[in-house]
Amino acid sequence: MRKPASAIAVHGILILYTALALFPIVLVVMNSFKARKAIFGSPLAFPTPSTFSLIGYDKVFGDSSIVSYYINSITVTGGTIFFTLLFGAMAAWALTEYKFRWNTLLTLFLAIGIMVPIRLGSVAIIQLIVQMNLINTLTALILVYTAQNLPLSIFILSEFIAQIPKDLREAARCDGLSEYNIFFFIVLPLIRPAMATVAVFTMIPVWNDLWFPLLLAPTGGKQTITLGIQQFLGQYITDWNAVLSALSTAIIPVLILYVIFSRQLIRGLTSGAVK
Amino acid sequence: MSEVKIDKLCKSYGPVEVLKDIDLTVDDGSFVVLVGPSGCGKSTLLRSIAGLEPVSSGSMTIGGKTVNDLPPAMREIAMVFQSYALYPHMDVYSNMAFGLKFAKTPRAEIDARVGEAARILQLEALLKRRPRELSGGQRQRVAIGRAIVRKPQVFLFDEPLSNLDAALRINTRVEIAKLHKMLNATIVYVTHDQVEAMTLADKIVVMNKGRIEQTGKPLELYYKPANLFVAGFIGSPAMNFLSATVKKHGVLTLADGQELKLKLPPIAKPGDIITLGCRPEHTALDGRRALKFKGTVDIIERLGETGFAHMRLASGQTIIAEVRGDPGVEIGHTANISVDEQHVHLFDEGGKRLSQ
Repeated sequence: MRKPASAIAVHGILILYTALALFPIVLVVMNSFKARKAIFGSPLAFPTPSTFSLIGYDKVFGDSSIVSYYINSITVTGGTIFFTLLFGAMAAWALTEYKFRWNTLLTLFLAIGIMVPIRLGSVAIIQLIVQMNLINTLTALILVYTAQNLPLSIFILSEFIAQIPKDLREAARCDGLSEYNIFFFIVLPLIRPAMATVAVFTMIPVWNDLWFPLLLAPTGGKQTITLGIQQFLGQYITDWNAVLSALSTAIIPVLILYVIFSRQLIRGLTSGAVK
Repeated sequence: MSEVKIDKLCKSYGPVEVLKDIDLTVDDGSFVVLVGPSGCGKSTLLRSIAGLEPVSSGSMTIGGKTVNDLPPAMREIAMVFQSYALYPHMDVYSNMAFGLKFAKTPRAEIDARVGEAARILQLEALLKRRPRELSGGQRQRVAIGRAIVRKPQVFLFDEPLSNLDAALRINTRVEIAKLHKMLNATIVYVTHDQVEAMTLADKIVVMNKGRIEQTGKPLELYYKPANLFVAGFIGSPAMNFLSATVKKHGVLTLADGQELKLKLPPIAKPGDIITLGCRPEHTALDGRRALKFKGTVDIIERLGETGFAHMRLASGQTIIAEVRGDPGVEIGHTANISVDEQHVHLFDEGGKRLSQ
């Protein structure tokens, strides 16, 4: 049994940290329910009946393009997660299971991908996307994000695949499964926790990214929500009600995805630590 | 017919030869045990039969069909792994039915076969459980069940008992023997435990350093080991070996100078160095057997009805004798060791058995 004093200290520190981390989010959500005057008058106060206002939400949902920006963001994030997991797991399986000539070199090449920031290649990426005639499409974003996330996901998934006992794959081979079926019916179900981990690590930066939407899909109704919100931020006047409401609602989809993955995620982060 | 024939099989990893010129026939319905120390190539041979390891040269047929280049699934074999290798994300039923589903077996047929296997192995109550909810022995039975449902020509067992505790191991050994009789199956079984080999096999294949040392019925190997390696490997405790010199025809001199009179095969010439082997169970301290010599008692292990006396000759060589009841000797004292002449094994300098 731990001493009560140290337990209090530990919890105190954790509570303090939680408060610190949640403070900006609470501030955004809180102020999104207030009238403009109240936001500036007392930004730290909770909404009261006199200051309560839904004007921000009215504006956001009244603007049909904002809804489509949400759909764009969800499509891009979902598509990126799907392709990153699919190709990442496939590549990780191939690199761990099969011996072929350039195996080590290829693994190393992909590991370098983790270290080099993809944004350094922005100019080349724009040229490539223009030449492929994919500018202002969600496809462009999904392709770039998938490329960006593949190296790390291959790295993480390889570690997990290597832990699957060799006997299992061989038992499956004796059972008459093709290599594809071994991958889909044995390997994929067994690395589910790792895939949840990768999904969360992939999802959050993609959802929040402003850079590539700005470069590759800035107009034509293909903006993502982070970019779409910018229309409320003007050079001289900013519609804070709308910005805060949009930000508040933008949290919800990632939150839902996170809840879906989190049970698996915690297993993924702790697996191997205890038997 | 599900006979396995292996002809001049070789396998090497780069310059390292792990299997050298293996010739082996497994008769239809027979139980063949591959036994040997770790690293002798027995598991590699089994995995080659399964098709999990490519071979370098030689040929292999199962049921008259050459299988050298066939993938495991096409060889009509089923393998039981040491680690059981159950699919952890599927229940017992799915584990057994998995291979059949991919072979597009009709559903009713799958149900019937899994039901039959579950009945034989007493797994009926466990069909909905996941592997992690099973004990070691139950997992073992599921692994065997997964092999049975495929109705293979040949069953391959890779040290299936080594993850079980001692009591369960003996039980399961008996179960496997019964299963073999009931299914009339052809089985190739790998183990490093010579007791398993002796109790289960119709035919034992003793392997060492990638070669087959001797093939034969369990008692053949026990009574007529072809060389020192087999003599030392089969039997527990291991056979005693004493080095000796042929003095003249009919007389051997032990390393400490004691002389033994026994019939020697004509091939042994005076001056030849030979090894005399005798099993502890054929060696006694009562002085009633034909060959007699003396040694000092080091220690006596008492197991109950029987025990083992460890003795030392003046030359430093040790010898173990089985004793019954109270041997009437004391530690540190000299004892009269005697051996049955018909149970003496003689090996030449190269370790090969001298005919007798």
